[in-house]
Amino acid sequence: MGLLTFKGGIHPPHAKKATEHLPIVDFLDPKVVEIPMRQHIGAPCEPVVQKGDYVKVGQLVGSASSFVSANVHSSVSGTVLDVKKQDTAYGYDVVVIIENDGLNEVHESIVPQPDFNTLSGKEIIEIIKNAGIVGMGGAGFPTHVKLSPPPEKPIDTIVLNGAECEPYLTCDHRLMLETPDLVIKGLQILMHALNVPNGYIGIENNKPDAIETMTKAASGTGIKVVGLRTKYPQGAEKQLIFACTGKEIPSGGLPMDIGVVVNNVATVATIGNLFNTGMPLIERICTVTGKGIKTPKNIRFKVGTPVKTLIEFCDGYNGTPGKLLLGGPMMGVAQMTDNLPAMKNTSGVLVFTPEEAKLPEPSLCIRCGKCVSTCPAFLEPIQISAYALQNNYDKASEYNALDCIECGSCSFVCPANRPLLQTIRVAKREIIAKKRK
Amino acid sequence: MESRLTVSSSPHIRSTETTQKIMRDVTIALLPAAAFGVYNFGLRALTILVLSIVSAMAAEALSQKIRKVPITVDDFSAVVTGLLLGMNLPVSVPLWLPIVGSAFAIIIVKQAFGGLGHNFMNPALAARAMLVASWPVEMTTWTAVKADAVSSATTLGILKEGLNVPVPSITDALLGTIGGCIGETSALLLLLGGIYLIYRGVISIRIPGLYIGTVAILTFIITGFDVQTTMLHVLAGGLILGAFFMATDYASSPITAKGQVIYAIGMGVITVVIRMYGGYPEGVSYSILLMNVVAPLIDKYTKPRVFGGAK
Repeated sequence: MGLLTFKGGIHPPHAKKATEHLPIVDFLDPKVVEIPMRQHIGAPCEPVVQKGDYVKVGQLVGSASSFVSANVHSSVSGTVLDVKKQDTAYGYDVVVIIENDGLNEVHESIVPQPDFNTLSGKEIIEIIKNAGIVGMGGAGFPTHVKLSPPPEKPIDTIVLNGAECEPYLTCDHRLMLETPDLVIKGLQILMHALNVPNGYIGIENNKPDAIETMTKAASGTGIKVVGLRTKYPQGAEKQLIFACTGKEIPSGGLPMDIGVVVNNVATVATIGNLFNTGMPLIERICTVTGKGIKTPKNIRFKVGTPVKTLIEFCDGYNGTPGKLLLGGPMMGVAQMTDNLPAMKNTSGVLVFTPEEAKLPEPSLCIRCGKCVSTCPAFLEPIQISAYALQNNYDKASEYNALDCIECGSCSFVCPANRPLLQTIRVAKREIIAKKRK
Repeated sequence: MESRLTVSSSPHIRSTETTQKIMRDVTIALLPAAAFGVYNFGLRALTILVLSIVSAMAAEALSQKIRKVPITVDDFSAVVTGLLLGMNLPVSVPLWLPIVGSAFAIIIVKQAFGGLGHNFMNPALAARAMLVASWPVEMTTWTAVKADAVSSATTLGILKEGLNVPVPSITDALLGTIGGCIGETSALLLLLGGIYLIYRGVISIRIPGLYIGTVAILTFIITGFDVQTTMLHVLAGGLILGAFFMATDYASSPITAKGQVIYAIGMGVITVVIRMYGGYPEGVSYSILLMNVVAPLIDKYTKPRVFGGAK
């Protein structure tokens, strides 16, 4: 099968060499975990434990307050030190701080689920919902919401994102190499739940070993493992679906509009593990890397482990850190401090040196049009950005600013270092605000 | 933690491409043909090239100083403009002419409209058009190759006027041992430069390919399928230089793919119309300038289909 891809995109340096061959190492005994009540897109959870309570591994500590929300569970056993507000990647928010007693006592509710083939779709989705599963690729969208399309939108295809197109990150790569069966099982569970005939796993061809391993694991299941051309943003939802199925999500639409559900491989592996052991989403793998880190690693950690602790586990900073990102360098979010918890959607901790962190000096646009030819959404970033800078958001909207997927290809490729995506984001916010009025 | 972390909007990495590198690549791509011009027309050609480059850089610095904006002479864009203008002049022009031309290109066409990226016409071509209009005799006096002040028509001039002199061969036109402006004669070296720019990703084949293709096809048809004349029309005039180096000017060409197609074909048609039916033997300059002016309009009507939009 030839390599599949989308139109547009860029070729940033992969920067994966430092960690792609490193097996996942466990760091499962943090002294303290700080579990945020909001680790997902949607409403924050209500804490259901108090200071002084003893909690066990897998016990519910925050309960979802609405449909678009996701439960959070304790990742360790121990005593709740406090329930208070502190810095998180989503802002100043409520966290449950638990001192780990190191005993890893598992909560009574954690028992292996029955064979998924005997369960109905509704029951499976309920189990996933209770386990607080969210999109682990970075966005953190509650998975049960994705799996609950309205009846008029039947789903026939599930696409797993194993592209890992962000430079530096290798956690999905290692996950596919080391636990391919969990990925396959998770996907089979979802295909059964939604009664879907087609399952795809898209993997960029800079990970030939992962393609091979997954193909082997998928043999006999009917699941198709597809090699994708290594190009950013190959793992963007719309681009991934196009590459795998040749279908375009209508402008302004969702994957379900064309009968597709997309999930990250890590999310699905967690679902596989959930049905094997009953354990909700309390640990995940992330890549701690960058020139600013002494010993880059792929780490399996407990949700709520302070980022600072993960960095210490990698022998600390390599000199003075210049920039700290949660996620990859293209779409990751820069943080002001390392004093915040790693969460369900923390796929990477990337540290730049001060030299790498230097902000580029923008110069005049030379109208080279590279942003236009690279935009995977087929927009004209040059125009949207120019209108945004003039506060002319109506015009920015005419140029389809809302179709921007914020992949950052335009800013990356711009020879004049224009803040293209940054200004387009401003336009998007203004346009949405105006629509709400 | 003690140190201060930089916080900024994603993406956090940038390509290593810069405006300076792009303009330097264009300069590099022009050099072989320019050097051949000096070989072909003698040291006076070098003087003219140097004068036009230096005065373009000086004009850039001066006008940026007056405009109180950062002086960016080191970005090579003024070098490109000066070099292109010099290559578009006959070797016999008086030495003050390149200075006037460069000053006009940079101060009036480029900086007065906002500087780099804001010129609505190719500065070097606009300056050339101004010079032709103002000093028509100086701008159309051709010196025979490596001969002393013997006036010699350009190839296209010979074809147009039906002069009773031998028409140069296709090989001469390809190598560049023919009459014409300093830097336009060697089609081969200009093509080499063009290929370099495409290889480096500075330009795409779309504009030059369609422009040259349109000229070739139309000429072939109009001349009653005369291969010799068609080849000379493609190789001997300013078409190769114009198509690869002037029509592809970022600021004055459309940014959409569809727009570039319309723009390139438009230039091809206008060039052939001027050459075949107009008053001048050569139509490359005016065709590019005319299409430069409509480029914003073309962009407006060729917005790309958004991903997931109606096909």
